[in-house]
Amino acid sequence: MTDTPLFSVRDVSKFYGGRIGCKDVSFDLWPGEVMGIVGESGSGKSTLLNCMAGHLTPDQGQVMFDTRDQGMVDTVTMSEPQRRMLSRTDWAFVHQHARDGLRMNVSAGGNVGERLMAVGARHYGDIRDSAIDWLGRVEIAETRIDDRPSAFSGGMMQRLQIARNLVTGPRLVFMDEPTGGLDVSVQARLLDLLRSLVREMGLSAIIVTHDLAVVRLLADRLMVMKDGHVVENGLTDQVLDDPQHAYTQLLVSSVLQV
Amino acid sequence: MSQDYNFAYLDEQTKRMIRRAILKGLAIPGYQVPFASREMPMPYGWGTGGVQVSAATLTPDDTMKVIDQGADDTTNAVSIRKFFQKTADIDVTEETSKATVIQTRHRIPEEDLREDQILVYQVPIPEPLRFLEPRETETRKMHALEEYGLMHVKLYEDIARHGNIATAYAYPVKVEGRYVMDPSPIPKFDNPKMEMAGIQLFGAGREQRIYALPPYTQVVSLDFDDHPFDPSKADAPCDLCGATHTYLDEVIMDDAGTAMFVCSDTDYCRSRREAGHTGAQSAAQLHEVNA
Repeated sequence: MTDTPLFSVRDVSKFYGGRIGCKDVSFDLWPGEVMGIVGESGSGKSTLLNCMAGHLTPDQGQVMFDTRDQGMVDTVTMSEPQRRMLSRTDWAFVHQHARDGLRMNVSAGGNVGERLMAVGARHYGDIRDSAIDWLGRVEIAETRIDDRPSAFSGGMMQRLQIARNLVTGPRLVFMDEPTGGLDVSVQARLLDLLRSLVREMGLSAIIVTHDLAVVRLLADRLMVMKDGHVVENGLTDQVLDDPQHAYTQLLVSSVLQV
Repeated sequence: MSQDYNFAYLDEQTKRMIRRAILKGLAIPGYQVPFASREMPMPYGWGTGGVQVSAATLTPDDTMKVIDQGADDTTNAVSIRKFFQKTADIDVTEETSKATVIQTRHRIPEEDLREDQILVYQVPIPEPLRFLEPRETETRKMHALEEYGLMHVKLYEDIARHGNIATAYAYPVKVEGRYVMDPSPIPKFDNPKMEMAGIQLFGAGREQRIYALPPYTQVVSLDFDDHPFDPSKADAPCDLCGATHTYLDEVIMDDAGTAMFVCSDTDYCRSRREAGHTGAQSAAQLHEVNA
């Protein structure tokens, strides 16, 4: 590990009028690290994720990212062209609903190729080759490359969305409930796939979820949120096996044992 | 000219407003300038944008030509020509070389334009990204930030589905390395002609946009390195004048599917025939066969 964090959040707050979205959140994310954010519905985890990914502007605080050319830069105050460039090169965002992150009327190959073309790829054969390569990596048959996502199952759509996001080799991936809405066997395969991709590519990731099994499998570190505040954080195993805060204890004990 | 009309139908303030938009468009080639489009005495889709740009461009000394799909004698061309004869009392012509202002729909004349000529296009949908990204706020942002990757997604889809870039008209172009522009629904055969000596003005009435190309502006048709742009046309000579370098219309002759190819630019075809060129089915040729 290097001595500077890849991504550094300082005192980020977002208010919706008088209500708190999230308040005074700070943490560092190091290269190759996967961070989980858990909490119940309405705890502010999606607000926090959208603030970090630039979809929402936080009311306070800094979101620093270690850019390739300029070092640590505050992405909240950087210019919009820069931020949009960042979000299609070094960043990736996996939506909970694949339909939000895919172009449903464009073929699977076109969906994967879009980010490549957005950063200047102009060779059809090369674009198609990397689309085929990436479809293979997310276990979608090459023969489906010209099918539209609307012909795909929910699990395939989610895998396609992941391929589309990772094709430009991002360094930081934001995931919003990546396994939400999928049945458990498909969830298990997707988690397996995500884990191997994260390890192979040395990705850093921030995963928002309410599913403790997901963070148990994927995350190195864990942050527990309640009512817009971070109530506990630490290593995943430590937090899940020895929860200190009353809410975390409730959360952990709420998991159904089959 | 009927005294009931101001010169060229529109009032002077409106023409000034349109001229300001045209000048701004010329200053930023390919950029879509919003303008307060007026209601014209014709339906949207019949060339209301082109007519307003022409009205703002015309002077009493101008000679006007109107083209509809290359022809001078179709409904749209005839009625727009009549409109300006009635409201502006200007000279009209069917000959490209004699015209100073040419309003066109779907074609660029075969004959090269000169520096003292203005070509006005009728544009139905000025936004090249419209069918890929329906939000106008988003497409404006994409133009502002030069995010044109999506345009290539469309071409990618063409190749993936048809084996080649199947877009045959309204083929997107990049202007001076900056703005991606819809050249209006001209055949892609005409795209290379857009680097010309004349001024080109584009008017979209319903969408309330004007854009422009100054003379000798660089206009590059988008493509892939391994699927280069191909300004294709029907692989046949004109059956009337024998030209092999012009854009052709296919005319179905009978119920058995017999077809003939003729130049879509009727004025160009006529001038070639007058100069003695003949094609496979021209009257002179047929006469010889019969004799």
